[in-house]
Amino acid sequence: MTERITKSMAKNIYYGGGTFALLIFLALTFDTVKQIPHRSNEVNMTASVVAGKKLWEDNNCVGCHTIVGEGAYYAPELMNVFQRRGASDEGAFKSYMQGWMAAQPLDTPNRRKMPQFNLSKEEVDNLSDFLIWTSKVNANDWPPTIEG
Amino acid sequence: MKYSSQMVAKPYFIFALILLAGEILFGLLMAIQYLYGDFLFPLIPFNVLRMVHTNLLIVLLLFGFMGATYYLIPEETETELWSPKLAIITFWVFAAAGVATILGYLFVPYAQLTELTFNNLLPTMGREFLEQPLPTKLGIVLVVVSYILNVIMTVIKGRKTVITTVLITGLVGLAVFFLFAFYVPHNLIMDKFFWWFTVHLWVEATWELILGAILAFVLIKVTGVDREHIDKWLYLIIAMTMLSGILGTGHHFFYMGAPEYWLWIGSIASAVEPLPFFLMILFAYTMTRERKIQHGNKIALTWAKGTAVMAFLGAGVWGFIHTLAPVNMFTHGTQLTAAHGHLSFFGAYVMIIFTMVSYAMPILRGRPQGNSQKAQNLELASFWMMNIGMMGLTLALSAAGIVQILDQRVGTELIGFMESQESIAGIYMIRAGFGLLVFAGLFTYFASFFVKEEAGQTAGYNA
Repeated sequence: MTERITKSMAKNIYYGGGTFALLIFLALTFDTVKQIPHRSNEVNMTASVVAGKKLWEDNNCVGCHTIVGEGAYYAPELMNVFQRRGASDEGAFKSYMQGWMAAQPLDTPNRRKMPQFNLSKEEVDNLSDFLIWTSKVNANDWPPTIEG
Repeated sequence: MKYSSQMVAKPYFIFALILLAGEILFGLLMAIQYLYGDFLFPLIPFNVLRMVHTNLLIVLLLFGFMGATYYLIPEETETELWSPKLAIITFWVFAAAGVATILGYLFVPYAQLTELTFNNLLPTMGREFLEQPLPTKLGIVLVVVSYILNVIMTVIKGRKTVITTVLITGLVGLAVFFLFAFYVPHNLIMDKFFWWFTVHLWVEATWELILGAILAFVLIKVTGVDREHIDKWLYLIIAMTMLSGILGTGHHFFYMGAPEYWLWIGSIASAVEPLPFFLMILFAYTMTRERKIQHGNKIALTWAKGTAVMAFLGAGVWGFIHTLAPVNMFTHGTQLTAAHGHLSFFGAYVMIIFTMVSYAMPILRGRPQGNSQKAQNLELASFWMMNIGMMGLTLALSAAGIVQILDQRVGTELIGFMESQESIAGIYMIRAGFGLLVFAGLFTYFASFFVKEEAGQTAGYNA
């Protein structure tokens, strides 16, 4: 089939097609940027949620966990950990998180270990708020089950 | 070697290969920690091992691209490099920054590293693959800009070819899309959306241009096929890359908070993504069939064909397996993603660097027709060890992903993540075994550099 295509035709497909794809991508990017605040409930993004995200990054949590399906596959998905471990109850989840973070690393032999990050009580609450906020993002019905 | 400035490529190639050894070593350590959680803990926690593993990959590929470029640009433009001195300075700056960053990861707790490196001024750290401290990120920009400057200035004073144009487009794209690494909005979803502008548009758009240009260069050299013919193929391949790859970014936007239309756009565009890789196979094999010369460096052609095939399998087939939205619903965030990541990075990008090194290094060492038969045989053995090893570990990770899906996501009797991981332990053991084979393959490759040239035999299978 390639015999019938000349070099200049191929060149035109490259420049034309590339520009076309880029323009559509750009247009959709604008629309997506407009929609994300609503889909992620940006109005509920409190100072504590923002602080929680910063802690998430500063401790490289994504180096072991996935969040909204992205990250490393060494440790559980955390987008729906609020539902899984807190039964969607903010008080219950926050006290669970305080206990869990304080107990690390667990001393079960050869279980994968989570380091002790020495976070303050307030910082753990920030992290909980961040995870609670994340759990409410509209991600087109993902994750498929509570086990994520 | 036609131009003395091509010699600057040599340290880049050697350093890229050393980093590759480090990358695989850390991969193996992770494979062990996957099975024995106490291994190296708390000395090097998993996130640090992984950061070293992935960052070494990125840096070694950049070194490889730079080496490849510095080798091919003088020949393509038919003039000496604009500034060999700048290329050497850039090498040392980048190497020092790279080593310092890795040592920082290994010896300073990450949270402390963020403080020490002024992350609070402009927070960019702690995001997958872009974990580098701010000074390193700025260093990368500096190095890439000086590299592009060197290439562009050389092209301006010399011959312009399709290969140089495509290469420069790829390099400029690489630089532009890296800038999104500095944009970190407070909203996690917005952050993820633009994070993909660096990550996806590097590996599935701009880097493919670089890959295409390098492959085309090597094929011209070892097959002697007419440049006009090669150019047409190159245009065709990158046209398909642009048409599918840019909107293909959408396959990352299915289930991360972006709007529903990406489910359709991402699925349709990325269903086309295997096509450029399939064309690459046709390209490599057609050029081989129509070759005008019998180059003594047979193994370089073997690597070139291998790149096309493995890139098609890793990026094309393994990408397609989980790229349709209804399938991705179940595969998103499982080991299937890791399987695809491993085979595509190896098949497309590590292999093209092997191709270039295997073609150029003998010439840089004064062997224009390639290494001796004995050395090429050893290299061929390393080719198969690494390919079989990568294929094996990809299949193991795919099996692990499927078990994960069945355990956690399908049916009514679901089990949790940690429990599911325990049920996969046997498969992870197999993965580690194949990883070891890749490592042994790499050392075999290294050994081929040290095979003594036999007196009287110039080189190659047909010498």
